[in-house]
Amino acid sequence: MAEIRIQNLRKEFGDFTAVQSSSFKIEDGEFFMLLGPSGCGKTTTLRMIAGLELPTSGEVYIDGEEVGQRPASQRDIAFVFQMFALYPHMNVRKNISYPLISQGMARRQVAKKVAEVAGILGIEGILDRPVGGLSGGDRQRVALGRAIVRNPKCFLMDEPLGALDAEFREHMSEELKSLHDRMGATTVYVTHDQLEAMQMGDKIVVMNHGVIEQFGAPQDIYDKPASMFVADFIGSPPMNFLKFHGEVATGATVVRLDAQDIEVPEAREAFTGDLVYGVRPEHIRLSDSAGVRGEIIAVEYLGTTQIVTLQTQHGLVKARVASDQPARMGESVGLDFTGSTATLFDNQSGRALRSALNEGIFPHG
Amino acid sequence: MAEVILDGVTKNYGSTRAIDGLNLTIADGAFVVLLGPTGAGKTTTLRVISGLERPDGGDVRIDGRSVVGETPAQRDVAMVFQQYSLYPHMTVRENLAFPLRSPILKTPEDEITRKIDEVAEVLHISHKLNNKATALSGGEMQRVSIGRALVRDPAIYLMDEPLSSLDAKLRADLRVELQRVQVSLGATVLYVTHDQIEAMTMATDVGVLDEGKLVQFGTPREIYENPVSLYVAGRLGIPRINALPAGLFPGAPSAAKTIALRPEHIHQGEGQAAKIVRVEHLGDQTRLHLSLEGHDIVTLTDAHTPLKAGATLAVQPRNALYFDAAGDRVY
Repeated sequence: MAEIRIQNLRKEFGDFTAVQSSSFKIEDGEFFMLLGPSGCGKTTTLRMIAGLELPTSGEVYIDGEEVGQRPASQRDIAFVFQMFALYPHMNVRKNISYPLISQGMARRQVAKKVAEVAGILGIEGILDRPVGGLSGGDRQRVALGRAIVRNPKCFLMDEPLGALDAEFREHMSEELKSLHDRMGATTVYVTHDQLEAMQMGDKIVVMNHGVIEQFGAPQDIYDKPASMFVADFIGSPPMNFLKFHGEVATGATVVRLDAQDIEVPEAREAFTGDLVYGVRPEHIRLSDSAGVRGEIIAVEYLGTTQIVTLQTQHGLVKARVASDQPARMGESVGLDFTGSTATLFDNQSGRALRSALNEGIFPHG
Repeated sequence: MAEVILDGVTKNYGSTRAIDGLNLTIADGAFVVLLGPTGAGKTTTLRVISGLERPDGGDVRIDGRSVVGETPAQRDVAMVFQQYSLYPHMTVRENLAFPLRSPILKTPEDEITRKIDEVAEVLHISHKLNNKATALSGGEMQRVSIGRALVRDPAIYLMDEPLSSLDAKLRADLRVELQRVQVSLGATVLYVTHDQIEAMTMATDVGVLDEGKLVQFGTPREIYENPVSLYVAGRLGIPRINALPAGLFPGAPSAAKTIALRPEHIHQGEGQAAKIVRVEHLGDQTRLHLSLEGHDIVTLTDAHTPLKAGATLAVQPRNALYFDAAGDRVY
């Protein structure tokens, strides 16, 4: 299997720059997610790793070897697309054997490989069925089988579950993840679904407008967002942003909001101007005594928890609280924040200010 | 607004029974969500109330009046479909005005303007009123089609998965908006979905359908905390409720065949040793995939748990739900 390293990778399509200058490293055996909204450059990045697009500049290393300008056929990777491209006139067995037969592998060995892959995917029973009559899930399993059977250095997947409905998607994502646990193959996976990325990824790269906003382990990205874009894109509901004008000094542990001292992780840089206090919904408690006030405008019951939406002087705020806590629409309540988990942002640039919480995540500081 | 009652309604399509002796009361001002998988009879129920389908048996009453013999227009219902169907050659304002200008309603022009402005405000499309309908994003088009229902003052709003074609962020926004609009108008709504989040967050009452029958009706909390059957228990809750053989843990009632556990029913740190198969950090919490005597269990724990795959974790049930061989609740 393989380690993949991307160095200053850039791709232009005419006047449009799809990928600005990306650098990151995918460790051998990692399940790696490229995450971002449509048009952020994640699919272009994946296609450059595959060799389906050649970079305008920059390098792609697979196992230490620079392959940036080589075509896909010379890279020993397997690609799984959102739309399962199967040969409609062949049965399942022939679809899976095809890549091996075209490599000139001996029949007996092909049969053995196909049986092994069918076992891994649990599709032994449908090997002789035509692909036309298969369910969406089985078709996707066959497409995976065709990718796995070649023992490629790595798997590249472009929203492979995007076309499936929610319940089935959940099921297939678990299947994919346990398949990865069994095979340990380096996998690069493109998605716009933050929950899918959090759930499946060992590491995540978050992209926006062709630029890497953040790179790291899912929990770190969630806890320590490097920008307002990341804080908003990750999490459902996303991080709350309370905007205010104020200042923070190096070493400060509070900021002044609504004439209250609000706790923050110890600041590692000073800033004066338009600030944003970023706090996750589960780090807000409703408390009568707290100084920041809000009016409850919606309550969404979710079983164990509920999402309470409040109108405050600083905009809408969503809190996730236990569902047995009373919360009535129209009620005015105080908001108490778990300050040690908060992030301050520069409202203009959207950049997170350095603090005791997040100082480790910045590459140059 | 009005109370709507279905009394023993049956509807067949050929030899398939789509709804089967359905009794349902939608109280005046209620937001009732019908929840069920594809084929449970949700959409058929809406179509029978709206008059797009004629029932084979039973009665439909709106405000005490049997409407089975009436046309859709006479019934005074407003429908919102999954796919927004706007008039592409008209502006947003003209689209919204269209139902009010119908010969049956004959609304005065100043009343039309007032209504449209009010609804546009509520749905945040005021700045788009003079745009062509085709010059809108998907989310805006769906808000216009909801708006076209809201400008009227019908007996009931019937909504068939109106949010399912929208992306996750917009769905979350519109869930809150719809709920707010319904409360402020005091509207009666019957809403059909297979999305449990929509059912739990918006409904005053949830009706769970199974093969054309209403199997439970109650507040979201009642349905979640006190399901009458294993089928109902499996409709709500993320991650999905764990259904396991009752004998897996000691203390099951004798009639129980299945013990069903939501994450909050699984006490961690005591009991039987389960193997941790996978740990998924979701940010606000962590999902644990466990294996206990060959059975898969999914539960939740703290966001920053030190637990790792391969370790063991003792678990035991707490206030679990029990079901008999037929799937009915026994405890």
